[in-house]
Amino acid sequence: MKYLDEYRDGAVASTILAEMRRIQTRPWVLMEVCGGQTHSIVKNGIDQLLPEGLELVHGPGCPVCVTPLEMIDKAHAIARLPDVIFCSFGDMLRVPGSDGDLFTIKSSGGDVRIVYSPLDCLKIARANPSKQIVFFAIGFETTAPANAMLAWRAREEHMTNVSLLVSHVLVPPALEAILASPENRVQGFLGPGHVCAVMGYSEYLPISARYKAPIVVTGFEPLDILEGTLMTVRQLEEGRAVVENQYSRILNQTGNLPAQALIGKVFEVTDRKWRGIGTIPRSGYRLREEFAAHDAEKLFDVAEIATLEPEICISGQILRGIKKPHDCPAFGTLCTPQRPLGATMVSAEGACAAYYAYGRHLKPQGADALHRIDPTPIGAGTGERA
Amino acid sequence: MQEAEAAAAPLFGSCPIPIFEHKQIVLGHGSGGKLTADLIDKIFLPAFQNPILDKLDDQAILTIGDSCLAFTTDSFVVTPIFFPGGDIGRLAVHGTVNDLAMSGAQPLYLSAAFILEEGLPVDDLRRIVESMRVAAAAAGVQFVTGDTKVVDRGKGDQIFINTTGIGLVPPGVNISADRTQPGDAILLSGYLGDHGMAIMSQREGLEFEGAIESDCASLNTLVATMLATPAATPDFVHCLRDPTRGGAATTLNEIAKRANVGMLLREQSIPVRESVRGACEVLGLDPLYVANEGKLLAIVRPDMADAVLAQMRSHPLGQNTAIIGEVVTDHPGMVLMKTEIGGTRVLDVMFGEQLPRIC
Repeated sequence: MKYLDEYRDGAVASTILAEMRRIQTRPWVLMEVCGGQTHSIVKNGIDQLLPEGLELVHGPGCPVCVTPLEMIDKAHAIARLPDVIFCSFGDMLRVPGSDGDLFTIKSSGGDVRIVYSPLDCLKIARANPSKQIVFFAIGFETTAPANAMLAWRAREEHMTNVSLLVSHVLVPPALEAILASPENRVQGFLGPGHVCAVMGYSEYLPISARYKAPIVVTGFEPLDILEGTLMTVRQLEEGRAVVENQYSRILNQTGNLPAQALIGKVFEVTDRKWRGIGTIPRSGYRLREEFAAHDAEKLFDVAEIATLEPEICISGQILRGIKKPHDCPAFGTLCTPQRPLGATMVSAEGACAAYYAYGRHLKPQGADALHRIDPTPIGAGTGERA
Repeated sequence: MQEAEAAAAPLFGSCPIPIFEHKQIVLGHGSGGKLTADLIDKIFLPAFQNPILDKLDDQAILTIGDSCLAFTTDSFVVTPIFFPGGDIGRLAVHGTVNDLAMSGAQPLYLSAAFILEEGLPVDDLRRIVESMRVAAAAAGVQFVTGDTKVVDRGKGDQIFINTTGIGLVPPGVNISADRTQPGDAILLSGYLGDHGMAIMSQREGLEFEGAIESDCASLNTLVATMLATPAATPDFVHCLRDPTRGGAATTLNEIAKRANVGMLLREQSIPVRESVRGACEVLGLDPLYVANEGKLLAIVRPDMADAVLAQMRSHPLGQNTAIIGEVVTDHPGMVLMKTEIGGTRVLDVMFGEQLPRIC
């Protein structure tokens, strides 16, 4: 298929992998930032094809996973209200809060609807003037423009029955938090392709320079990921640390300026709590004061909800690349997509859910694998190299 | 697994993320995936258990005197009731005929029960019934009994139809999931996902280049053609299934678990129409989990695979048949797939509804 098969070609994959093996002299730990990339890696079995000693750890870029439990409980409290039509992207429906998920609320009589575009809420609002339409505006920079457009249009059209429950998060502060952590193992990043399609990649230049970590903005098809990995390994092997763009068919350094302008008019940067990680300063968006009339947190009396994650769950370490799903004693036994104990098992893009769905036939390997590898460079005569 | 859960109970007694169990029916219970299987295992089977039901095939096989009858029932609640390539009436005929045909039976008689919502236009009902007449004639079956009920406006969704069917299994034919054996070839009769994506694009008002039409069709003549493969060894078709709700991945998992065998598929050989593949990519869906209403999966003896393939391709409904994988002894109960770029992944049963991902 045009624009799909070209990026899933097994022969090209072999060529890239051979080149990777040729240039790699020592073990490296790379992180793919996006949940979409994690999904593609495990779905296509890319992790199994990589040369020994090259480890991909999975980043915090699954918007469903990192939405804090308090926010999910707030969403559920609003969705249960009788005069509310609660609209959400599909995969938020399955995420359990402290008491059930949106499916359960729907089956108890709550009006919960899946929308493909936030702007669908305007149509629903016009058709239901006596109801309050609340959209669960979650996600990274990728979904921010469309969500911002909903708030903008609602205000422009003086719609009094449309509001947004905003829980937006931003990638660059999360990368900084990972790199600044004393436990950090990540040496290079496959950067978030879709996020950068909106934002460009200028904001990644100082991060890469400060922490001496290569960041290669990468797409989502198997060959994108293999090429992004090769570019990152090449930088590491050559001792370089810059931002490069593998996904140039989609984006450039400046990104989508009209989208950025709209985001700036509607949202402002705020501290955000990340599920499994904790609060990261200036790591999210909230609605500006001018949009208070469309801010569901202000319109609905949803009290602060204190929650605790189960102690056994290591999703915080998984989201920071310190551990892998197989390292968790609960993985696949106590914790499954049907009965998730933590953030990374709840969405299809979460690392644990992706491992469970596609990779649980493999022998456990993960953080331990690195410890087994001698950290000194692989000698030229080991036979490991082509 | 159960032991582990029991051991964990005190640990997680006050856990704010609940160990998740639905206390009431959610839509996912009707999706044909894991939640549906849960209902069957925990509620229906314990109540109704008997050796015929326990086989859990798409139809019951009843031996009465010298005759071997296939017997099945299915209810149809699809919305929209008219969709590209078919309507709820046509589906109600094909669905039940196909469940009979998957035992190798020749479908003979159907019943039809209609639950109509107050306010349904009579013209719509007429159109649906006419469509059922045409579909039944094409499949060679007759409606011989029926029932009609009307419910208050708001208590149904325009029209629900139940059809029940019986058919005659030819002597010597023995097709069932538990006959699946390592080494067997897995054949798929054509493009995956047409029905589900046709419904989804219509339901959500999504427009894709080139309309996607439902594949809904009666497969009994295709099965008869397969069973007439020349120079056949006895019992060469081990299992037949039509991958409806839950898609091909869920159906293959059911067979693998039932027969306690593994399966290995090759992604490259699985036929998916370009328009369907594109629509699935856009919506974040996987064609392997999307419903079909006119496709079958056949598990056949390896020495007969090529002959059955040729025979199926000679039939209008089997022109795009492909051998998509094989049954193996490794990883019993699990379906694996070799991906296009050479990796391997698990194909699990669908859990609940297939949901579009957000990015």
